[in-house]
Order: sequence, then structure tokens, then C-alpha cells
Amino acid sequence: MSDYISHDQEHDGIDRRGFLQCMAWAGTGLLWTISGGVLVSRTLAQIAKARAPLPATDLSFLQISDSHIGFSKEANKDVTATFRIALDRINAMPTPPSFLIHTGDITQLSKPEEFDTFDEVLKSCRTKDVFYAPGEHDVLTDGGKLYRERYLKSVEGKGSGWYSFNKNGVHFIGLVNVLDLQAGGLGQLGDEQLEWLEGDVKVLGADTPIVVFAHIPLWAVNPQWGWGTSDSERALGYLKRFGSVTVLNGHIHQVLQKVEGNVTFHTAMSTAFPQPAPGTAPSPGPMKVPAEKLRSMLGLTSVQYKQGKTALAVVDSNLS
Amino acid sequence: MTTLTPRNKKMALLCAISFLNLSIFALAGEMKEADTTDNNQNRIEIKDFAFNPQNLTVKSGEKITWINRDEEPHTVVSVEKQFKKSTALDTDQEFTITAGAPGTYTYFCSVHPKMTGTIVVVKS
Repeated sequence: MSDYISHDQEHDGIDRRGFLQCMAWAGTGLLWTISGGVLVSRTLAQIAKARAPLPATDLSFLQISDSHIGFSKEANKDVTATFRIALDRINAMPTPPSFLIHTGDITQLSKPEEFDTFDEVLKSCRTKDVFYAPGEHDVLTDGGKLYRERYLKSVEGKGSGWYSFNKNGVHFIGLVNVLDLQAGGLGQLGDEQLEWLEGDVKVLGADTPIVVFAHIPLWAVNPQWGWGTSDSERALGYLKRFGSVTVLNGHIHQVLQKVEGNVTFHTAMSTAFPQPAPGTAPSPGPMKVPAEKLRSMLGLTSVQYKQGKTALAVVDSNLS
Repeated sequence: MTTLTPRNKKMALLCAISFLNLSIFALAGEMKEADTTDNNQNRIEIKDFAFNPQNLTVKSGEKITWINRDEEPHTVVSVEKQFKKSTALDTDQEFTITAGAPGTYTYFCSVHPKMTGTIVVVKS
């Protein structure tokens, strides 16, 4: 199996065969990378053995998601332990990430003691800068007040907690799509946030790489299960003119990727428990797997940006 | 005559807020939270991200209880804010209201809004 692309009809750096291969690799717990038109794979074991840093980049950061601190059911009775393992993996990386992005569901029930546990365990992480987007589990009781008090200290949060910031020439946008949800609907950004987004990116050059992160996928993964955002099309409309847009989401506890023009959509694994693949079960929710399999279905996502490359490299690794 | 000391003012404010809440409750008044000590047949099970039964007809004055059988938290929220919403119900937690004035009451889970249900209240 070649590690490189053979066909690239869409000029998006991915051919169908390569995409299917990398999907298969992700599913079996290998790592995969798409970077500047070159598709590369390597296993976590290979990286660990080589103790070699990933290729030199201008910026690398790490996405963690869906830690669900407080969950204690069959699917994973000790989510704090697996979250700790994820942090150990980050600490062991030969090239530490510049910062972390947590794409929501920090806690299971928005309880202060769950947030406390998360914060306490996170202290062991060598990488101290963390940017957040809330999940629906983080805003269960108070519309996200506690979440905002704790996790928006280093950014200028607008509205219910959305914001943007720049790092090494990359523009990052953290969105909130888990509040004021309407009966029968999906995730939602809302007019106020969308108007802010339009203004936020208006001043940027089309060659500015954009990274958008939010909890619920900004593409229709499986609307029947609520895995989508009703007004995401409008948000993506404001980003159409940009040459490189990477959208990072959580919520569905599994790696899925879709490429549409210059936009790469990517969802991350959870550090707590897996969920079924779209449409393969009566409903979403915690999926019980044999204990020896669990860690292969949990993980984190590393993202690297190198100036001059069109796409960001996205590498998923599991906790096996 | 009692003067309003800061403590008294606080008490007065709390009383006013309580009264206001009760007033809103009475006005909205069709359904309210109730204790779950007595048996009632109007049980709605929340399982696999769905309310079962999704549509339920009850008589005015009867109790309705939702119980969450999923490992995910769910809520019961009136679409038209006609009754007080539940807290996030964890596994096996219940929420009970008493049916008030006849009418149709739609509700949903504010965490998973695809989940919707309807209560029809008829005269007792």
C-alpha cells in the first residue's frame, strides 16, 4: 500500500483511494497525515520507536475532545484515568504542541466538581495553553455560565463564548453551537454569532489559513442523530474565499473526515468512550466494547501547519 | 413599624421573587412539578434517545413521570415554556409533573433537540 497519492482529480491533495485507505487506517488505530498534497501514514508505535519528531513545522497544536469527566457507566468506568493517559501521551511527544484545543464535553453533567477534577488532572500537562469550545454537556444547568467563567479567561469571549485568535499566521475561530437549541433541530450557531463571524473574517486575506473549532460537527454527519449544525452552511459561506480552512469538531467520538474544495472537516476521538458509527445502532450514545479494545477507540488529534503548504496535517492517534 | 435593614431588604426581595415565581407558575399553571410518591400510570420512558410513548393523552390532574433509561443525560422542556423544565436527568432519574388545563403540550430534550414528544391533556 503506497503512502502517497496516485490520483488527485480535485486538486485537494486527496484521491478517493487514498481517502478510503486513511479512513481504514484511522479505524484500525493507525496514524494518518494529509499535508500539502502528500498523504503519509505511520503508526503510533513507529513514532514511539523512532523517538523522532514529526517533520519541522511552523506550528503544531493538539486537539482533545469529549473527556466527559463524571461519566462512570459500563462504556468506561474510569474516564479520568483515560483522560490522564491522553495527557501522558501529549507529555511524551518528541515535539510538544504549542497549545491544546478542547472541543467540548469536558464534563458529563456540568457539575462544579467534574470541572474541578478536569482542571486538576490537566495540571499534569506540560502544554499549558488550552483553548476551549463548549459541548452540550458543559452547559446543562446554567446556559454555560460556569464554563465561561472557567475557560474563557485567556480569550475575549463574545456572546455565549465565541472568539478568535491568531497564532503564527493562522487564524483560529472557536464557535459555540450547543446553546439555545430548538425543538426538532440540530446544533445551532445563531444570527448573532454568524454576524460576528462574517465581520471577524472580512478583514483577513484569502491566503490566511483558517482553523474553525466547535463541538458539534459543522457538516451533516448524521442529522437523524442530531450530528450536524443547522446553520453551518452560512458560516462556511463566509469562509469560501479562503485557500485553506480546517474545521475541527468533537461530539461524535470517532474520526471522520470530509474534504469539500478548500475545506477539510475533521472529527476527533473522545478520551472517554466511543460512539457507534453513524446509522449503525438504534441511537447514538456510549458504546460498550471489550475492555481490551477500549483504548484503541479513544484518542487525540495532532495538527501541524507549515507555511506555504495549502493543507494542515492532521494526525489521529489512539490510546492503545 | 419595621424598618428595612439590609437583612430585611434581602428577605423582602427573596419573598418578592418567590411570590413572582409562584405567580408565573400559577399563570403558566397548567403543569407543575410533583412528588413521585403515589403511583401513576402515565410514565414516559426515555430510551435510545426517544420519548416512549412519544404522544400521551392524560386527564387533567393526573401525574406524568419521565424516567431516563439512557446513559446520556436528557431534559424535558416545554417548547412553549408552558411548564417548568426538568433538570438534566441522569440515568434512572425521574421528573414528574401534574397535568393542568386541557390542551396540547409539546416538549423536547434541550440537550438532544431531535427528541420531541407531545402531551394531550383532556378534562378529567
